[in-house]
Amino acid sequence: MSNRTEVEVRLNVNGRDYRVRVEPRRTLADTLRDNCGLTGTHLGCEHGVCGACTILADGEPVRACLMFAVQCEGMELRTVEGLADGDRLHPLQQAFWENHGLQCGFCTPGFLMLATGYLEQRPEPDEEELKEMLSSNLCRCTGYQNILKAVKQAAAEMRG
Amino acid sequence: MGRSLARFEDPPLLTGDGRFVADLNQGARFLRFVRSPIAHGRIRSVEIPDHLTAFTAEDLHEVSPIRPLLHREDYLPIEQPVLASQKVRYVGEPVAVVVADSPEAAEDAAEQVYVDIQPDRPVVNALSALETNAPVVHDLVGHNVVVDACFETGQVAEVFSSADEIVQFDLRSQRQNALPLEARGSIASYDRRTGRITLIASVQSPHVVRTILADLLDLPESDLRVVVPDVGGAFGQKFCLAPEDVVATWVAGRLRATVSWIEDRRENLMSSFHSRDHHYRIRGAFSSEARLLAVDADLVCNIGAYSCYPVTCGVEPLMALAEFPGPYDFRTYRVRSRGVTTNTCPMAPYRGVSRPVITLAMERLMDKAAARFGMESVEIRRRNLIADFPYTSVTGLVYDEGSYLESVNLAAEKIDLDDFRRRQQAALDQGRRLGVGFSVFSERTGYGTSAFAARSMDVTPGFETVDMTMDPSGNVEARLGASPHGQGLETTLAQLIGDRLGVDPSRVRIVHSDTDRTPYGWGTFASRSLVIAGGAARLASDFLRDKLVAIAAAELEAAPEDIVVRDGRATVVGTDTGLEVAEIARLSYHSSHRLSAGMDPGLTSTATYNPAGTFSNACHAAIVEVDEETGAVRVERFVVVEDAGRLINPMIVDGQLHGGITQGIAGALYEEIRYDEEGNILTTSLMDFLPPTMAEIPNIEIHHLETISDATITGAKGLGEGGTIGAPAAIANAVADALRPLEVEIDELPITPARLRRLLKSVEGGKVIG
Repeated sequence: MSNRTEVEVRLNVNGRDYRVRVEPRRTLADTLRDNCGLTGTHLGCEHGVCGACTILADGEPVRACLMFAVQCEGMELRTVEGLADGDRLHPLQQAFWENHGLQCGFCTPGFLMLATGYLEQRPEPDEEELKEMLSSNLCRCTGYQNILKAVKQAAAEMRG
Repeated sequence: MGRSLARFEDPPLLTGDGRFVADLNQGARFLRFVRSPIAHGRIRSVEIPDHLTAFTAEDLHEVSPIRPLLHREDYLPIEQPVLASQKVRYVGEPVAVVVADSPEAAEDAAEQVYVDIQPDRPVVNALSALETNAPVVHDLVGHNVVVDACFETGQVAEVFSSADEIVQFDLRSQRQNALPLEARGSIASYDRRTGRITLIASVQSPHVVRTILADLLDLPESDLRVVVPDVGGAFGQKFCLAPEDVVATWVAGRLRATVSWIEDRRENLMSSFHSRDHHYRIRGAFSSEARLLAVDADLVCNIGAYSCYPVTCGVEPLMALAEFPGPYDFRTYRVRSRGVTTNTCPMAPYRGVSRPVITLAMERLMDKAAARFGMESVEIRRRNLIADFPYTSVTGLVYDEGSYLESVNLAAEKIDLDDFRRRQQAALDQGRRLGVGFSVFSERTGYGTSAFAARSMDVTPGFETVDMTMDPSGNVEARLGASPHGQGLETTLAQLIGDRLGVDPSRVRIVHSDTDRTPYGWGTFASRSLVIAGGAARLASDFLRDKLVAIAAAELEAAPEDIVVRDGRATVVGTDTGLEVAEIARLSYHSSHRLSAGMDPGLTSTATYNPAGTFSNACHAAIVEVDEETGAVRVERFVVVEDAGRLINPMIVDGQLHGGITQGIAGALYEEIRYDEEGNILTTSLMDFLPPTMAEIPNIEIHHLETISDATITGAKGLGEGGTIGAPAAIANAVADALRPLEVEIDELPITPARLRRLLKSVEGGKVIG
C-alpha cells in the first residue's frame, strides 16, 4: 500500500507554477492544501455540497474536493490566497469585513471565490440572481444576510 | 462601547491566513478510527493485519473510561471507554485506531481492520427504550433510564379539576446535529525534550479538556498543554469531550510522535454529538380569563448511548425541567423529566440546549389555548407573561428585569397584525395559505457556579478569570480562560477594556485558547463569555485604571478624583495638563522609584467574575406561506424584538441573531438526523441532512430593546443562543396558523414537506380521519 504510484503534476495557482508529486487519487483540494501549502481552501464536507473548498479553475468556480489534481494540469487556478493585491484587500474581502459577512470564517474563502468568479463574468446581477448563486455554498454562522449585503456592496464597487 | 466596530478577527480569515486545526498537521502521522457498523452488540474480536500500526481498547487498558458525574440520586452514572471495549453501543462508535503516513493510507488501513461483532437487538427510540422488555444499553444499570427527575408544587390535581380549559398534547422534536462547518479534529504532539504533550484541538474549553485528559491518562496537568487554533464553528458540539481526542493524546505519548485526527463529514454526522431528540406530553390548565394556572409535563430526552463530559446527559432533561415555565407566570407545576439511553450517537448541548424544544412546547400551548378562547395569540401572551421583577419562577429561578410584554407588543406592531389578518383572508380567498406565529421566551445567560452547582455537577463551571497587563508602551494584553470561536470576543472585549482604560481598542490584544498562556477558565458556551469574561475584564481594567489615575495624580500633583483618562491621555479635569497613558505605563516600569510608597511597579491585574446569571428576552414573529400541494413552507418575513441589555457592538449582536435564527429555522423546517430500526444512521451526508442555504432564509428584521439590570456589572446580557431558542416555535405557530381552518396540529419538528403532506392527507373537509 505504501508504494502507490505517484505522478508529477504541474499546477498554476495564483500565477505561480507548482510541480507536485501526487497519487492520481489525490483531490485538488488536498493537493492545494498539503502539497502547495495553500490552506486557505477549506474542506467542509468533501462531497461537493458545502462549497467551502470553492476555487476558480480557468475563471469558473469549482469544488476543489470534487476534482483530482491530475485533472488540473494546464489550468489557471485561483485561490483565496491570491485575492488581495498585496496589503490591499479585494473589494469582496473588504465588503465581507465591513458588513460582518463572516463569523468563524471557515466558509469565507469558498464564498469569496464563488462570488469573485460570478461577478467577474456577470458584473450586474440582480438580487435574485445573487441569492441563487450564493445558495451554492453553506454558512453555519451568519444566516447569510450579511454575506448578501457584502456581495451587493462589492458588486457595485467592482463595477466602479 | 456601543459602536459597530469592524472585527479585529477578520483580516486573516479573509485572506486565507486563518489557521484551523487541519491547517497545522504538516509532518504529523495520520489517525483513522475504525468505527462500529453495528448499533448494539458484543465485540468477539478485532483482527488487525500485522503490517498495520493500530490500537484497540486492549492496548488502552490503562486509560480510564469517561465517567461524567452528577451528585444526585436521580442520575445514574454510566461509563464510556474511549475505544469500545467488549460492547458496541451505537453505529459510529470508535473501536480501534490506525496510524499511517498519509490520510489516504490511514483510510486504506482502517478498511483492513475487521471487527467481529455479535449483534444484539438495538433500541433507537426513547419511548421504546422505556418499555419493560426493551434492550438495555448499559447492562450495569439494568434499564435505560439514567436521569429521572421530578418536581411538583402540590395542588396539581385540584387546579386541573377546577380549570375552565385544559389543553393537552404530545410534542416531538426530532434529532439534530449542530453541524459546525469545520468538523472536529486534533493534533497531539509528544515533546521529547520536555516529555510534555500538546494537543491542538478544535474545542470550546481548552482548560477543561486539559483536566479530563490528565484524569483519564493519569498525567499531571502540567505535562499537558491544550491549544485551540481558529475554530470553524462549534455551537456546543465541541464543548463536550471527544473520546477521539483522548485516544490521539495517548497515541502521541505511546509513539512519542505527532499524530493528527481530522474528522470527515460522514463521521461528524454519525459520531459527533447529536441533540434535541425529545418526546413531551403536556397538559395546561387555564382559567376562564385565559390565565395559565398549571402545567403538567412528562419529558423524555433521548440521550444516546453515553453521557457527555463535563455537563453529563443530565443537561437536557434537567434544564428542561427547571426552565420549562419560560417567561410565563404560573405557580402550579408538576414535571417528570427523564434521560433515556438508546443505541444512538450520544447527545450533548447544542445551541439553546433544551430551550428550543421547551419554548416550542410553551408557545404551542399558548396558541392552542388562544384558539380555544377565540383570542389573538398575542393577547393570551399579554395575560400570562411575567411583568414584575425580580420575578421568582415556580422552580425558584430569579429573573432580573426584562421587557417581555414590551417585546410582544412591539413585535405585533412591527408585523402589523391587523393588516396581516386582512391580507391572510384575502390570500385564503385565492387559495393561498399564509400564517403568522409568535414566540416569546427568556434566555438564561451568563450564569456562574451557583447555577451549575444547583445541578449538583461534579465539575462545576461558572467563573472566568482575566489576567491583564499594560506593557511599557501602553498597550494592553488581556488573557482569559474563555475560548471564543467566531463570536467576535476579541473585538468586543477590546472595546470594553479600551473604554475603561481610555485607549483605542486596537491597542488591546486578547489572548485566549492556550492553557500555557491563560488563567484557568471554562471556555465559551452557554451565552456566557461577554457577560462573565467581560465582567472579569471590566474588573481587571478598573484596577489598572485606578493605578493609572493614582500615578497620574501623583505626577501632576492633582487629586485622583480630578484625573480623567480618555483618548489615550490622563488629564487634570478642566485643564490641558496631562500625561499620555503610554508615558504613565513606561514610568510604572522604568521609573518605579517615583511611584508612591507601597505601590508595586508595573501595571498588571487579575480579576475573577462569577455572577448568578441574567435573563435576556425576545419575541420572534414569523409570517409563512404553506404550499398545500408540495407541503413546502416558505418563510416570508421574520421579525425579532430582542433585549440583551447593553450592546457593546451592535453589529456583532445582530450577527449572532441572524445566525441563531437561521439555525432555529433549520431545526423547524429542514434538519433531521434519522436512524432505521436497526440503529443504522441514514443521514450521513449533506444530501440527506439538509442545512438551509441562502435561498431558504428570509431577511431578518431586528429591533432592540435595552433593559439594563444590575445582574451584570457591564449591563450586558448574553444572547448567543436566543435566535435558535425562539425561531422554531415562531415557525411552528405560523404554520399552524396558516392551516388552522384545516384543524391540522403542528406538534412535531422539523416540518418537512413529507411530514406536512402526511398531516394534510390525514384531514379531509376539516375533520381528522384515521
